Amino acid sequence: MTTPATTSAVGRNPFSRPLQYLALLVYMCFLAFPLLFLLSTAFKTPRELRSPDAGILPQSLTWENFTSAIEKADLYTAAGNSLLVAVTTTLIVTLVSLPAAYALVRFRTRLRAVATGWILLSQVFPFILIIIPLFLLMRNIGLVDTLLGLVIVYAVWALPFSLWMLQGYVAAIPVELEEAGAVDGAGRLRTLAKIVLPLLAPGIVATSLFTFINSWNEFFFALVLIQDPDMQTLPLALARFVGAEGQVQLGQLAAAALLACIPSLVFFLLIQKRLTAGLLSGAVKG
Amino acid sequence: MTVVSPPLEERPVRRRRRGFGGGSRDAWPLVLPALLPVMLFSVYPLVYGVLLGFTDARAGLNAETAFNGLDNYVELAGNELFWNSFKIGLIWAFSVTVLQFLASLGLALLLNLDLRLRWLARTLALVPWAMPPVIIAIMWQLMLNPGYGPVNQILPGNVNWLGEASIALPVVIVVGVWAGMPQTTITLLAGLQSVPAELNEAAAIDGASTWRRFWHVTLPALRPVAVAITTLDLIWNFNSFALVFVLTAGGPGGTTMLPSLFAYNEAFRYGNFGYAAAMGNVMVVVIGAFLYFYLRGQMRRRLQ
Repeated sequence: MTTPATTSAVGRNPFSRPLQYLALLVYMCFLAFPLLFLLSTAFKTPRELRSPDAGILPQSLTWENFTSAIEKADLYTAAGNSLLVAVTTTLIVTLVSLPAAYALVRFRTRLRAVATGWILLSQVFPFILIIIPLFLLMRNIGLVDTLLGLVIVYAVWALPFSLWMLQGYVAAIPVELEEAGAVDGAGRLRTLAKIVLPLLAPGIVATSLFTFINSWNEFFFALVLIQDPDMQTLPLALARFVGAEGQVQLGQLAAAALLACIPSLVFFLLIQKRLTAGLLSGAVKG
Repeated sequence: MTVVSPPLEERPVRRRRRGFGGGSRDAWPLVLPALLPVMLFSVYPLVYGVLLGFTDARAGLNAETAFNGLDNYVELAGNELFWNSFKIGLIWAFSVTVLQFLASLGLALLLNLDLRLRWLARTLALVPWAMPPVIIAIMWQLMLNPGYGPVNQILPGNVNWLGEASIALPVVIVVGVWAGMPQTTITLLAGLQSVPAELNEAAAIDGASTWRRFWHVTLPALRPVAVAITTLDLIWNFNSFALVFVLTAGGPGGTTMLPSLFAYNEAFRYGNFGYAAAMGNVMVVVIGAFLYFYLRGQMRRRLQ
């Protein structure tokens, strides 16, 4: 993202720069204000939250909301469930899609077009068409209300996307490198392990993190497939928290919401710079 | 983008040797572990789901299911509540997509300039992307809370933003724009950065104003990216569920009842699986038809 700005100095209106900053400020307020407000709510005491003319900022920083949100048994269990589901899904998806992505690119089959077609097609269909049969299927094999059922569903829905991203990264590795390895007498597996895998590492990290976040954040499938409170994931627990006590304990709700965001926020800040390049590479070379 | 015509039919897999790669016979064992679960748990349910739309399936464990032809659609045609929800879904999807596009284009243009604090704005623009829809909904509930929320402290009057039938939909649309801006902004920014700077400079030297340069140089170069992202946004918005489900659950008085929420209630509250699947089929047909005409129109424009 270091391309020079496209506006040249020629014919620039002297007033345009302040206007640009003003516009940027408006955007930043619109984007940041809800976040700052969530943050400030999480630090407010119940008394501050109740009083009608409390300021927008909290009077002091108390961690009480965070501790009591964590102590809520169901949120704690839910976070554990979410973590288990997201980690398992990510491992399965990465292990399965890595060889497949490699094969799709290097072996030049029609499958690649089919896989891309399926990704696009599956976006068009409303989830209701998928979830009813999936629910029936899961009920028949006894996987409703189990984390395993959720893992299967998430893995299947993450697979095409993971394949799509990974094949972009594979395609970016010049095939000549592998040929050079073969010429030097390295076997195929050795070439893969010593040459391809290290080059692919950043792509694998980005793709698996993406899978992790998507499973961590997913709501709709979990809503339908999980009814047992002991099995619910974090988004489910939070949504039910809103219904049950949202009006009473805004501070705890805000704190819990913030805690639930941490994994994805850390991830996005880490890969911020690569995000554009990585996501678009799959699209362009697809 | 061949979104409309399903490229799913079995094609004969030809064996082609090219460079280092082998033929497709070597590829199968590697691809199969990915392909099988996708077939079993996503292709099969989808086909099954489409077919369910032509049955009288119900939720009970021992309920008998039989094909009932077009009965569901005849019944749907007379279901005013569904069509009303359909209308709400179209208003929501188009408003969010258009507003999102305009707002994101403006932000992307600003981020493409050499402004100070650009990094901060770019980071902020990404944050909503990292947040689960459920949490975005919770956050905006706090913002719009009639007693406590800052929106009521800043704006005059004491309005129940999410509880008033006449304004709930526009308010929800604003939240939808906020939630969806990152993808659109980042995609458009990437598109802008691939517009050759020389083109703009040449136009500037020829004396074209900023506005004219934007209209005649930048925008045409951005068109493919813009078409792609608005198409995806429209699909995503039309099918979106979690945000509005947590924000309003379709209320007040059904004024924010998106078709996906309506069909969800039909299936999992009233147990009418077949009828709900029929609603899903109607949604696919409408969105598919729209995409077909939109993309075809854009293709023609490009060819001219």
